[in-house]
Amino acid sequence: MSAGRYVGQRVLRLEDAKLLTGRALFVDDVQLPGMLHVAFLRSDEAHATLRGIDASAARARPGVVAVYTAPDLGDYWRPGPLLVPPPPIPGLVFNTATQVPLARDKVRHCGEPLAMVVAESRYLAEDALEDIVVDLDPLPAVTGLEAALATGAPLVHEQFGSNLAAQVRQATGDYAAARAAAHRIIARRFHYDRGASAAIENRGVVAQWDERVDELTVWDTTQAPIPIRNGLAAMLGLRESQVRVIAPFIGGGFGPKIMMFYPEEVLLPWAAIRLGRPLKWIEDRRESFYATTQERGQIHDAELAVAKDGKILGVRDVFLHDTGAYDPYGLTVPINSQCTLLGPYVVPSYESEFTAVFTNKPIVTPVRGAGRQHGVFVMERLLDFAARELDLDRVEIRRRNYIPPDTFPYDHRILFQDFRPLIYDSGDYPAALEKAAEMIGYERFVREEQPRQRRAGRHVGLGIVSYIEGTGIGPYEGARVTVEPSGSVRLATGVGTQGQGHFTTFAQVVAEVLGVDVERVQVSTGDTREFGWGTGTFASRGAVVAGSACHAAAVKVREKIVTLAAEELECAPGDLELVCGRVRVKGSPEHGLSLGELAVKANPLRGAVTPGTEPGLEATAYFGPDRGNAASGVHAMIVEVDPETAQVEIKRYVVVHDCGTVINPMVVEAQVQGGVAHGIGNAFYEQLIFDESGQLMNASFMDYLLPTALDVPTVELAHIETPSPLNPLGTKGVGEAGAIPTGAAFAQAVEDALSGTGVEITEIPLSPGRLFELMAGSQGAGEPGSQGAGDSRSRRDGA
Amino acid sequence: MTGQRTIGVTVNGTRHERAVEPRLLLSDFLRHDLGLTGTHVGCEHGVCGACTVLLDGEAVRSCLVFAVQADGRAVDTVEGLAVSGVLHPLQQAFHQAHALQCGFCTPGILMTLVPFLREHPHAGEREIREALSGNLCRCTGYANIVAAVERLVQGAGELGSWGAGELEGQGADAPRGAAT
Repeated sequence: MSAGRYVGQRVLRLEDAKLLTGRALFVDDVQLPGMLHVAFLRSDEAHATLRGIDASAARARPGVVAVYTAPDLGDYWRPGPLLVPPPPIPGLVFNTATQVPLARDKVRHCGEPLAMVVAESRYLAEDALEDIVVDLDPLPAVTGLEAALATGAPLVHEQFGSNLAAQVRQATGDYAAARAAAHRIIARRFHYDRGASAAIENRGVVAQWDERVDELTVWDTTQAPIPIRNGLAAMLGLRESQVRVIAPFIGGGFGPKIMMFYPEEVLLPWAAIRLGRPLKWIEDRRESFYATTQERGQIHDAELAVAKDGKILGVRDVFLHDTGAYDPYGLTVPINSQCTLLGPYVVPSYESEFTAVFTNKPIVTPVRGAGRQHGVFVMERLLDFAARELDLDRVEIRRRNYIPPDTFPYDHRILFQDFRPLIYDSGDYPAALEKAAEMIGYERFVREEQPRQRRAGRHVGLGIVSYIEGTGIGPYEGARVTVEPSGSVRLATGVGTQGQGHFTTFAQVVAEVLGVDVERVQVSTGDTREFGWGTGTFASRGAVVAGSACHAAAVKVREKIVTLAAEELECAPGDLELVCGRVRVKGSPEHGLSLGELAVKANPLRGAVTPGTEPGLEATAYFGPDRGNAASGVHAMIVEVDPETAQVEIKRYVVVHDCGTVINPMVVEAQVQGGVAHGIGNAFYEQLIFDESGQLMNASFMDYLLPTALDVPTVELAHIETPSPLNPLGTKGVGEAGAIPTGAAFAQAVEDALSGTGVEITEIPLSPGRLFELMAGSQGAGEPGSQGAGDSRSRRDGA
Repeated sequence: MTGQRTIGVTVNGTRHERAVEPRLLLSDFLRHDLGLTGTHVGCEHGVCGACTVLLDGEAVRSCLVFAVQADGRAVDTVEGLAVSGVLHPLQQAFHQAHALQCGFCTPGILMTLVPFLREHPHAGEREIREALSGNLCRCTGYANIVAAVERLVQGAGELGSWGAGELEGQGADAPRGAAT
């Protein structure tokens, strides 16, 4: 779809007014008569045998309505579903262990829920938690990835006989031959550690059973309201039509809100039905650090076989992936790492094998980037080291290895997370690189600026890296478009929305097709009563998959409009155009009808219609792409490192990105900016630090640092558009892109700033403390894993 | 602990009298007792800034203030910014600059900026960023928030002295929308 009156335009957001005035409904804003409040007692041990729970004192406390432990759930107690089964990769090993609603015999991570208190107020519910006596017999915990696989390691799940959750190997080409032919082998060990998604809105659930109509309504901070409805109906023995799930305005998702079923989502509806009163649970921030899923712990042993001219001959990567205490999300994250490593490069041979490991830490599911960060980090760092060893320019080694723009579709010959081959649909990687290098002033920086600054005693450095983001995967989404008699257009779709601007971008797509003002398109999203088919918001797929469904539905409505109007106006359908909310005869604008008038005519009260006629100007359509598409880009940044304090300041940040056809540049740019902020957090501020007993040491915003307005620069951004041939809009996803290559760019830039000191960066996140250790280590010490003097943030998982 | 105290608080120009527990947080009082759910709660330990409101004209974290501490005082929340359906210039600037995404942190940011701009009507980028540094936003990466404030500061002449009297020293009987 090419740029038009709305598509491609900076349309201001239609949802803003509600949000700016405090009128938007978030889950915690739902207040119902007679509502009770829920608090959860959570394990303060990471690994322990549960001997018993005595809740009698809590039950006796005034204001407490009920306390439930696992035995109280009876047959309703069962492990959650496996959300994403493993893809059909030969030889794949996968051990499924999914989370339970309340721990029964054993706890496997800190924060696992033990008991649920229902009381007249949240204050009383929390009081009652103190009354519950829990008999937990601590077991040795397993937190490190290599330690988890060692002989004799404590077992998170005894039934598997080890902590191995999965093992997957994918290979293409002949790596052994590449290795033998290589001029150099660049081999390193890389660490990438855990962070929190840290949406500012914590999770929450409100459940109401209406016995007058036998209907359950659930307000849920989920990214997947429809699958939640379907699952709840099945678990509770209700018809799907008896369950309505509403994901209203959601205060940020970033991945963990696509996870299901969280224990609270299972328990509140059940208890609301039992008690006959509405229930509300809102996670607090401390709970969120334990009870909301997390991501990013991996250790890679990777090597690059490279020719003398810098051409990649092959890559071998063996890595460990931390899946936490359970693995309900299957292999999405490590498979993303495995696939994304290949990036925009021609890699003739590739051997990749990962082992996913159970640990006594919170569950790992996708967080913005969803494993892609790791792959980009490993590949980009290997290229940096190769360039240095071959005495090649960093930009030049990338230039020499890009997939040429005239070779699409390009098949990497391995399977992606959507079970489809990893085939890139379109792109122009050299153009993005040249543009980014020009914008950041690469040549001038390395030739003049950096030497000049260094002479003045200042340590400035530049990072420039590439990435691919596989986006817009299936299976499908749907939309229904209705022209109302008022002439306004109603658009309903099933994906939830968490701030991406769907109320505007989807409206733009429909307004473009129907020739109406964008303000006249009212979007409903995230309410299963409005639209009941779909899967959710994940994998940067909203605009691609749901947007294409909106387009398809609008096109069908347009056909109905034209057919009916041609009859009414007694002209050929081809002579009609849709402009300003009217359908009219081209060249004769006075001959026309408003869409509202036509909607009335399409819904006659009396008389007869031609058999087969559908009433109204309404259509429903679905869209499912053949496979995911490949968004791409280049990030470049300039940093200055203070050699005394190891503080890093980001001076400039440039992004050139390609998400195909841009529906709303304002929204896209803001998505990238926000993603970069998240990436900067991952790179330098945010790390979840667990001690060896599995205790999280920094479970507050005092200790876990999100980047602030002082830490995130304004990104200078340029678009490249290579439209995707895989959907009618030509769009690719963009939601996660900003966060994906930031760590790799940051590492290269910091290392460049410290060039000559011997510091080599093979880990993310860094922190001033950890960087200080590395700088000291380059003169003698400092392996990842060493505890730095006075730095509570220094750590290392597993090594 | 559970004894009740009667308090009188003027919120957005309207006086409310309620019996509350001494331990009730101002944020919960506003949201649950008064139904003013525009004030959001993000961390309940005073770091994220989402719950920021004005107490006698000064920005405070309502999750760190007990409702009883607001007895006899004036509170302004995000619901009081727009008057008769017309967005406050700061809200308008946020809309124009796409300074919000999920919008959850936005009320706290607006209420932080109102007194800041009253005192720093010509703030530059650095000052604006420092003023924002106590409010966490996970969606925007802050750039458009800074741009919104810059837009407002630079256009202050056109907008008139919008910050001068706004939300300032409002006693119990001060009418809403008394801004000049």
